[in-house]
Parts: sequence; C-alpha cells; structure tokens
Amino acid sequence: MTDFFAAASTGSTPIEPTLPDGWELIVGLEVHVELDTATKLFCGCANQFGSEPNTNVCPTCLGLPGSLPVMNGRAVEMAMTLGRALGCDVNRSVMARKNYFYPDMPKDFQTTQYDQPTNSDGQMVLNDGYRVGIERAHIEEDTGKSTHIGGDGRISDAVYSLVDYNRAGVPLVEIVSRPDLRTIDHAKAYVEELRGILLATGVSDARMEEGSMRVDANVSVRPFGSGELRTRCEIKNVNSVRSLGRAIEFEAQRHIDLWTNGDEPNQETRHWDEERGRTRSGRSKEDADDYRYFQEPDLVPLEPSIEAIEAIDAAMPPLPSARRAALADATGAEAATIGILVERGQDALALSAITDGADPEKVVTRLVNDLAVDDWSKVTAPAFAALIAMESAGELSATQAKQVLGDLAENGGDPATHAAERGFEAMDTGELASLVDQLIADHPDEWSRFTTGDDGDRKKMQGFFTGQIMKATQGQADGKAVAQLLAQKS
Amino acid sequence: MSAIELAASVRAGDRSAVDVLEEHLARISARDEEIHAFNLVTTEAARAQAESVDAAVAAGDDPGPLAGVPLALKDNMCTRGIPTTCSSRILDGWLPPYDATVVNRLRDAGAVAVGKTNLDEFAMGSSTENSAFGPTKNPLDTSRVPGGSSGGSAASVAAEFAPLAIGSDTGGSIRQPAAFCGVVGMKPTYGAVSRYGLIAFASSLDQIGPFATNVADAAAMFDVIAGHDPLDSTSIADFKPNASASLDRGVDGLRVGIVRELSGGEGSVEGLSADVIARTNEAVAALEAAGATVEEVSVPSSTLGLSAYYLVAPAEASSNLARYDGVRYGLRVEAPTTGEMNTASRTAGFGAEVKRRIMLGTYALSAGYYDAFYGKALKVRTMMMREFAAAYERVDVLITPTAPTTAFPLGERTADPMTMYVNDVCTIPSNLTGHPAISVPFGVGDDGLPVGVQILAPALGDDLTFQVGAVLEAAGGAR
Repeated sequence: MTDFFAAASTGSTPIEPTLPDGWELIVGLEVHVELDTATKLFCGCANQFGSEPNTNVCPTCLGLPGSLPVMNGRAVEMAMTLGRALGCDVNRSVMARKNYFYPDMPKDFQTTQYDQPTNSDGQMVLNDGYRVGIERAHIEEDTGKSTHIGGDGRISDAVYSLVDYNRAGVPLVEIVSRPDLRTIDHAKAYVEELRGILLATGVSDARMEEGSMRVDANVSVRPFGSGELRTRCEIKNVNSVRSLGRAIEFEAQRHIDLWTNGDEPNQETRHWDEERGRTRSGRSKEDADDYRYFQEPDLVPLEPSIEAIEAIDAAMPPLPSARRAALADATGAEAATIGILVERGQDALALSAITDGADPEKVVTRLVNDLAVDDWSKVTAPAFAALIAMESAGELSATQAKQVLGDLAENGGDPATHAAERGFEAMDTGELASLVDQLIADHPDEWSRFTTGDDGDRKKMQGFFTGQIMKATQGQADGKAVAQLLAQKS
Repeated sequence: MSAIELAASVRAGDRSAVDVLEEHLARISARDEEIHAFNLVTTEAARAQAESVDAAVAAGDDPGPLAGVPLALKDNMCTRGIPTTCSSRILDGWLPPYDATVVNRLRDAGAVAVGKTNLDEFAMGSSTENSAFGPTKNPLDTSRVPGGSSGGSAASVAAEFAPLAIGSDTGGSIRQPAAFCGVVGMKPTYGAVSRYGLIAFASSLDQIGPFATNVADAAAMFDVIAGHDPLDSTSIADFKPNASASLDRGVDGLRVGIVRELSGGEGSVEGLSADVIARTNEAVAALEAAGATVEEVSVPSSTLGLSAYYLVAPAEASSNLARYDGVRYGLRVEAPTTGEMNTASRTAGFGAEVKRRIMLGTYALSAGYYDAFYGKALKVRTMMMREFAAAYERVDVLITPTAPTTAFPLGERTADPMTMYVNDVCTIPSNLTGHPAISVPFGVGDDGLPVGVQILAPALGDDLTFQVGAVLEAAGGAR
C-alpha cells in the first residue's frame, strides 16, 4: 500500500481497482486548444474557422522562403492566463522547432516549445475534489488540414491529397496532464472542467466538434496496487467527451486482454474509429520520429515580467472551481446541481439574487428546472430576486412564476409589472376558501370520492378540484394553498 | 565615379538615371557572359525604376539618397514577381509574392536593381562554384574564383556592372568574396539589418550587408538598409547607425588589437599565407601611423570557430531547408506517394554541398548526438562571445586577415570540402558572436591579386568598422 501511494504523483489516489479483475486504469490527457485570437500566432492572417480553403494565408503561414514569424502578443497573454488558471508557474520560455515532414505543415517543422515551456507544474481540481497534475501548458502553432482522397482516408494509401492552410499557424496551447487519471469518469470530467476554464477565461471557444479543442489520451493499465507504469498507447482522433470515454474503455480492455494472454501492447499512436468503436494502429514504433528539437532562431525568448504575471492574476475571472465553492456556500445545494449551474454560467445570477434576499433553495430550483428559458441575459438579479420573493410570499403560484420568468427572459423589466399585465394577483385566502366551499357544494359525488375513495380516487379527485379552481381563477390560485384547503375540509 | 557621386549627379539632374542604367547594362551585356555574375538581369524592371527616379527628379521630389545607382541583388533576396533561385534547382519556377525588406528600402532610396546575382547554392560555399547554374569568375582574373557565397555580388561590383551590391553573410559570404574581388564588403551586427525576405541558410548567423567599390559607398548603403523592421523579430529595436557620418573621424587614440590566433601569431590557425599575413601587419602599422595604439590580443576560442560553425550552420540549415519538399512550390518530381515525391524532389533539386550540410545538420541534432555535437557547438559559441567581450575590454577594434589566401583557381578546392571550409576561418567568429566586421582591400598578394583586411568591432559598433575602414582605405587600399 505504501508503495502505491509513493508512486502516485500530485493526483488523488483511488482506493479500489477501477477496471475489472483487479486492473487499474492509468490515463494522462494531452489537450490542444486553439486560442481565440483575432489573428494567427506568427502573422496577421485571420484566425477563423470555416473560411474558403487557403484564403487566410500569407507568406509567413505558408512558410514561403524568406518569410519570418512575429510572435502574437495576445496569444502569449492568453496562454499565460490559461497557465495561471491551471495553477501553473509562468516561466521564461523559448520557442523550439519540432522537425518532421508532413504536407500540411508548411515549413516541415512545427514551431512549438520544448524544454522551456511557458507554463509548467499546475493542477486541476475536478468537481468532486479529485486533483490532476498539469505537467505543462505550452504554446505552439497549428498545422494545416489534409484531406486524403482515395484509400481509407490515410495519407499512405491516398490517390491524392488536398491541403487547406487556413489553420496553419493558428495559435494553440497544448495542456499535458500527468498520468493521474484512474477512471473514465474523471477523464471525462477533466475535459469538461478544462472546457469550463477555457470558457471562463475567454481563451478558447473550446469546441471539440470544430476541432478547436482536441483531446489525445495516453492509456495504460496495471495490476491494482502496483506502482509501475506499463507501456502506453496514445489515442488520437477523439471528437467528443463521450467518444473519449468509449475510446479509453476500449483501449484499456485491449491492454488487459493482451497482458492477460501473456502478450503486451506496442508503444504507439492509435486512432479512434468512432463508427467501429475501436482503436486502430497509427504509426508504429519502428518509425518513431526523432524530432531534432532545437531553439527557434527566428524568435526571441519570451520573458514575462513579474508585473505582467501579477496583472494576469489580477484580471483573472472567477474560475469554475471557485464559483462552485461560492455557490455551494451560498445555497448548500448538492455538488451535481452546483456543477450544472456553474457550467451553464448561472451562478452569478443565483448569487446576486440570494444577496438581494431571495430564498436560496427556490433560486436553485428555478434555475435548474426552468430549461425553457434559453437566454437569461435580460433577467437581472434584482428582478429574479423579486420574482422568487413573490413566489415565496404566495403572491404568485409556481405556474405563474414560470410565466413571469418567461416574460423577464424575453423582455427584461421587473416581475411585478409582468404579473400585473397578465392579471396575476395574489388570491385572498378567504376568497379561495369560499370558492372551494362552492365547488364542494356543486360536486358532491366527486367530493365524496375525494373524502372516502381509495388513494387512486383521492388523487384523481384532487386533480379534478384543483383543475376546477384553476379554471375558475384563470390559474391565479396557488396550487399548494388549494391542496391545503382540500385537506383541511376533508 | 562612386555611387555617392552618381547619386549626387542624378539628384542634381546632371545625369539621368536611365542614362546611368544603360551604361551599366551595356557593361553587363559586354562581359557577363564570361563572368556570370548574374543569374538574371532584370532589364525592363530596372528601366521602369530608373524612369521613376528621373520622373521624381523632374517633379522636384526627393528621389532618395541612392537615386539612380545601379544595384545588384544576391539571388537569395526575395523580389516580388521576379525569380529568386538561391542558385538551386529546387526553387525552379518559383516567383516570390513579396519583396524583401532590404529590397524595399533600397528601392525607396532610389537605387535601381539591375538583376539577381549568382551564389553558392543556398549560400553554402566559399567560391560560388556550388551554384546549380555554373560558377562565377573573378573579374580580376577569370581563372580564379570570386569567393563565395556572394561571389556574383562581389564580381558585379568589381566588374563595374553595378556600383553597389547586396550580399548575405553567414560565415564570411560577404567579406571573403569582397577580399577576393578587391572590393569593400561588410557584415553588420546581427539584427542591424532585417532578414525579412532573405531566404534562410542559418537563421542565427545570416546577416545582410553591402558591397561597394569604396568604404563611403558601402557606408551610405548600410545607412539605408539598417534599422528596425517589425517583420524580423531578431531585428534590433533602437539601433539607428549613421556610418556615413563616422567616416572622417580617424583612428587617433583608438585602441587596435591584432588577433594572434587568426593572424599568424602564436597558436594561430594554420593555412594563412605569408603575403596575407604581411599585408595584415602592414595594415595594423598603417593604423598605428594614423594615431591608433596597437597591441596583440589573444582570443583562444577563435580557433574553434570553424568546428562550431560547421555544426550550428548545418543544423539550422537542415531545418530551414526542410520546406523544399515539392508540395507547395518549386521543383516537384512526381512519385507514387507523398513521401517518395518529397525524396525524389529533394534528390533532384539540391546539389551535393547542400545535401552534405543537410545530412551534417540532421546528424548533429539527432537524439543521442545533440549534446556531443550541436550542444557542444553552442557552448563554444558562448565561450567565444565571452572571450571577445573580454578582448573588447582592452581594445576598440580587432584586426585579422579576411581570408587565408588571395583568390584561388577555379576547381582547385571543389574535390575536398575541408580545404574549402577553411577559407572562412577568420570570418566565422563574427557570425557566431553576432558582431559587425568589414573587409577592406589592402594591397595585393604575391600573385598580384587583392588582399582583404578585416576589422572587427563589438556588437552595435558597425559605424566604427566603417570609420577604421576609411583610414585603411586611405592608407593603402590601391589594388
């Protein structure tokens, strides 16, 4: 046991096997995110998804002879912001060349960072408190995009290939986690959490389907309790969080089968095949690349001042983990609910409304349940707080509150005005009671079924009477008050 | 007539730029078939530029300090819509869509580019014999090489095809051919002149600089091309040299050091010929006579420069030249797969020396060899910077020969790369340190061919190299 704990790095440590038959899953994730800059990393071309092929290009991002890169300062700021959001140290860093031949890479080297990355040694805290170490988050340029025509879509058996260089030179940050993940759920949660951080900081739009966030998973397995790290495979081409889970599950089982049969996996890159639900071999280790990294001589080192890093920290927006903590503190709601609200970005509204005096529980209920509202931007915190207050005071029924919320979302304004416009007025309890008496008198059969019938009858008849009252009051009656009155009189 | 005098007469309206151009074009057509200084003479573009200079003069507009001066461009400077070959087959058919920063600056200054000059392929060589289009001959003796890699630029100035030429210097490629052709050539401080549009050989060493028949012309050209360019991240932000203004300052009281290891002194590199050493000592004596104080200075690591250079430069080149893969531009040799097409194109497109250096550099950077080769070369580079910095605590400038010998016969050294490489032993240190250096003709060797003497200064001491160069020129520059 002590050995096992010693082998774990910064991550938390599960206390039981996470795979069948005593096997343990080991996952590290490498996530590439495209920074949401206006222009590319080394030139003034637009950083834009979906343009006509080869329209956002210039001598520099096409790597034409004689062209030179100029570092995009905004990209560096964004990378440092992300680094700080991940709790990393921001370092003096240098760009390096990673040399290999590929047609969609205009210079046949990628300008990236190697032994001196901008960000290193951070960690991410997942929703349930699990900690994942971040090894580094470095700046690099994206490649172009190849489309291989013919064969099975791979360059090796293509008849011809088309290359779009619009993406070449788009700024990326690659976030490399330590191999701290032990479950598929945590791997998925890591990606969700990272996405939340990217959105909160405005660093990337983090769209996996558009490729602005790309996840590669390093997967291996070991017998639970052993401290070793066995041969890993890098899984590429995972296009959604769901696929990530499926790919890891498949790959882990493949490894278990190999080990169980006295065989072992090759260290290699494998591609996730979404349709077939399996990984297949990419490059094998026989032609493992030697990238011949060396310092990029066309760019100068990045030397952020302490003041610059402090300015980034000062301007850091609240991050999902802190926002969850604040919301949990204010509402006492359960972690899953808190997670949903923060992910939807409704925590600020909730906290303001609570500060304005709204009942925390009702705030959470309204926000979690009112899925009909897509756009909360016109709902101000004071208006939302007032709405909750009206509902709590019985001035509005749940149904009415929902309708008024719809009005607020559509038009803004305050809830009292919308309620008045709709003719929603709180019913006097005495008025409601006399209405109930009248209904009982008008429907003696139904009343006797309510008072003497079995549970089913009682339920049916409660619905009947409530419906009648709502009809008579045009929905203004408070359903709870009606139920109370019916119970009292039976 | 010097470039400065030509520009003055054009600016004054005494001579038309078109007239000046035609005179030079006539010389080119009379003699360049033999010399082969040019890969391409851009007659029509030159006439258009000359006409626009004349129009500016006629309109009373300022046509620029180099108005109407014909200019030769080394064929590794990008010129919009005009073939730029690096004297390599690999760039067959490629037309740059943009002009190099220096090309723009010289055009804005009124200079008239007459053509693209021959070079060792991708600037790799010391004789211009590594050109895919055949060698350039030394105008002073056509059985001899003009030096390299900027042999075409040096020859075009020596043959009076153009009073000014642009070269690039990675290990001596401006200074050595200047010495061989009896002209002035200068390598600025790294970052003084923008590299934007210079087709890279070794990015941390490459620097663009001027060729001229005399120091003042070279200074005038340097003043035009130097200065910050936001398109080159290694360009120095606040450096505004004024070499022309420093020419008449003399050397009275200046401290001059002669580098023992590069001038035939104790522990010197081998292969320096006696006549070259003699001229260098005479140059030092001339400076002393002009009021400088002189001492011998030791820079022990300078003898390691050649070895370090032949790891650093090929390493960077192996990466810089990767892009010539047949995919986007230049030569493509069709083959069944992309990888085979890459190989076939590069095999057909690159010459032997370029291939040799790509292999050297690839090896030097390879896993398992990096520390022993590339890493060690970087250490030598750092050590050399420290030693030169220490030397400049004692003296203001350093003197060495530019090249070990005078111009050697064509074909003499092509069979053995090492005998070719040692040509750069005296010039390489300035590239590794990033310091400025100038080569000024100073007398002739036993064979009657010019000898170049090199003046080295610390970083940003560019003006000083011209200042001292002007004194040497006055003292005995006659060739």
